Amino acid sequence: MGEALITSFGRVIHARPAAVVDLFHRHESLPDAPAPMLAYGLGRSYGDVCLNDAGSLLRTRRLDRFIAFDRETGRLACEAGVLLKEVLDLVVPHGFFLPVTPGTRLVTIGGAIANDVHGKNHHAAGSFGRHVLRFELLRSTGERWTCSRSENPDAFRATIGGLGLTGLITWAEIQLIRIANPFMLVEQTRFCTVDEYFERNRLAEREWPYTVAWFDCGDRQGRGILICGRHAPEAERLPEYRDRSLRFPLDPPCSLIRPWTVRVFNHLYYHRPLARGPHLVHHVPFFYPLDGVLDWNRAYGRRGFYQYQCVLPPSSAPEGLKELLAIIARAREGSFLGVLKTFGDQPPPGLLSFSRPGTTLALDFANRGPKTRRLLEDLDQVVRAAGGALNPSKDARMPGEMFRRAYPAWEEFLRWKDPGFGSSFWRRVME
Amino acid sequence: MERIAIFGATSAIAEACARRFVAQRRHLFLVGRNADKLEAVAQDLRCRAAAGQVIETAQADLDDLGRHEALLEQAERALGGLDAVLIAHGTLSDQAACERSVERMLKEVHTNALSVLSLLTLAANRFEARRSGTIAVISSVAGDRGRASNYVYGSAKGFVTLFMQGLRNRLSRSGVRVVTIKPGFVDTPMTAHLKKRGVLWATPDRVARGIVRAMQRGRDEVYLPWFWRAILFVIRHIPERIFKRMRL
Repeated sequence: MGEALITSFGRVIHARPAAVVDLFHRHESLPDAPAPMLAYGLGRSYGDVCLNDAGSLLRTRRLDRFIAFDRETGRLACEAGVLLKEVLDLVVPHGFFLPVTPGTRLVTIGGAIANDVHGKNHHAAGSFGRHVLRFELLRSTGERWTCSRSENPDAFRATIGGLGLTGLITWAEIQLIRIANPFMLVEQTRFCTVDEYFERNRLAEREWPYTVAWFDCGDRQGRGILICGRHAPEAERLPEYRDRSLRFPLDPPCSLIRPWTVRVFNHLYYHRPLARGPHLVHHVPFFYPLDGVLDWNRAYGRRGFYQYQCVLPPSSAPEGLKELLAIIARAREGSFLGVLKTFGDQPPPGLLSFSRPGTTLALDFANRGPKTRRLLEDLDQVVRAAGGALNPSKDARMPGEMFRRAYPAWEEFLRWKDPGFGSSFWRRVME
Repeated sequence: MERIAIFGATSAIAEACARRFVAQRRHLFLVGRNADKLEAVAQDLRCRAAAGQVIETAQADLDDLGRHEALLEQAERALGGLDAVLIAHGTLSDQAACERSVERMLKEVHTNALSVLSLLTLAANRFEARRSGTIAVISSVAGDRGRASNYVYGSAKGFVTLFMQGLRNRLSRSGVRVVTIKPGFVDTPMTAHLKKRGVLWATPDRVARGIVRAMQRGRDEVYLPWFWRAILFVIRHIPERIFKRMRL
């Protein structure tokens, strides 16, 4: 007998772990549970990096204690199950902010390290791992390694972006950044083509620490909106803001995300009135628009959805992107979420970090079975030819050969992988 | 209720209460058995606390009744007085082991009942003398009726519940509040070995919200979550000759 079926955020893959164990205290040794083990935070990865079929899931959500918060220097140490939202709730009133944040605050610190997440400020700040000062790794042998750039530096590099396979991260220390208030200064402008995106974004990156583009995947040209932001400077008067969220209430029998609904949405979104010039927006709607609707993934219905996130190197990005857009437009699948972001050229902090110099494109596709998988395979061809990579934390289906080619450090990584740890993803791509 | 001592502060429910107290800017004195866990809980609360809030700790095994008076004294000194105590320590007894071993059974009764009564007596005398204060204890719905599956734990909690009724009666004239808290199933390390599925299970934070509210309002007896009051009403009223045949 095993545990209940567990699914990840995309709801395409289900796995039945042999055991699910809650961890309550960071000082305790690993539980006596069937190998391989895998830390499980909030299950916000889209595919199977957070799943462990027939193994054990160690739930870290109760490792939710802060350890130290230096209100002068902005160094924060906490247990691995603390959510980014909980960090922000603690530090924003004291004038600090996360150095890097992904598009949701509902992930754990451990998950953010293990997936080396990135955000809208990658071109200026790099990925999350660059701001991690230290963490403790609990290995299946019972050893505890404190890892930093100077202490156990190889294990440090392997664990950042290491998909939870090097052991259990029990706590971590990160460096926060200073802010003057919780608001962002934001500017949004429309662009009509992919080339225009590259040109505008290049200029915007010099001025703005945060840039990201939403684009209309139904449009062959690649029209979209470039969103730029920075933390607002000190101000005497700030707008009112109330943090409110709704919950998606049910599982619709079929996906509400259909080609025609997407076309209508994208059309309206593109043509919505944009404020002229920079204006103040609270950081929550700026960084976390989708956190406003909890369980929004249910909108895709019971069959779930795939997220496809690739990065293409700078030299091949513009042409590669156009090819990808042409394939998507031809397939008329319509992707609800189309996001473009150009990464900076800092060296990635982890052996298996996804973010690397180039441009990343993220798309959601409702799961319509073989038809959707064929479309994704067509996209793979373009990504391969361009020398790009797919993001493991979003992936549910890339072939192992494609992973190994895009992450050539996997062999070096194997030296640091904990033999007592594993995941459905890892077994899939190592076959 | 500005200065609160929490006994069994590393229990999941007590820790969730402590976070809520800290957010309300209260000063805390935490007593726990495991030094590592106690320090981890205290570090977390200190990060959340504002400047000037006192978060002190003392490591103690509350089975050692001889230390109780000194711990209360230490709490008063650390906080500059004491307005409330929350007694939250306990163990979920292994019923089968308690049936086999008298020694084991008595140990469970000692931890879950006698050590609580000792603290209650000492705290009551302090608060009665100054005619104010709040004493809250985490008892259990299991104390409402003896059942084959855990009557050792249940009867120890029942002892506490009954003792507190008398204490409340005694202290009502001196303005001291005696709050009995009866949680149902709570998803904590104490229940980690049980299969936890279904609507009856509550999170420690949900129960903590109810505890903090009950202490502020000086309620007499609360079931947490509220629906346990209805469930236990039914369970208490099943005739014994039927109840003895039931498997609960």
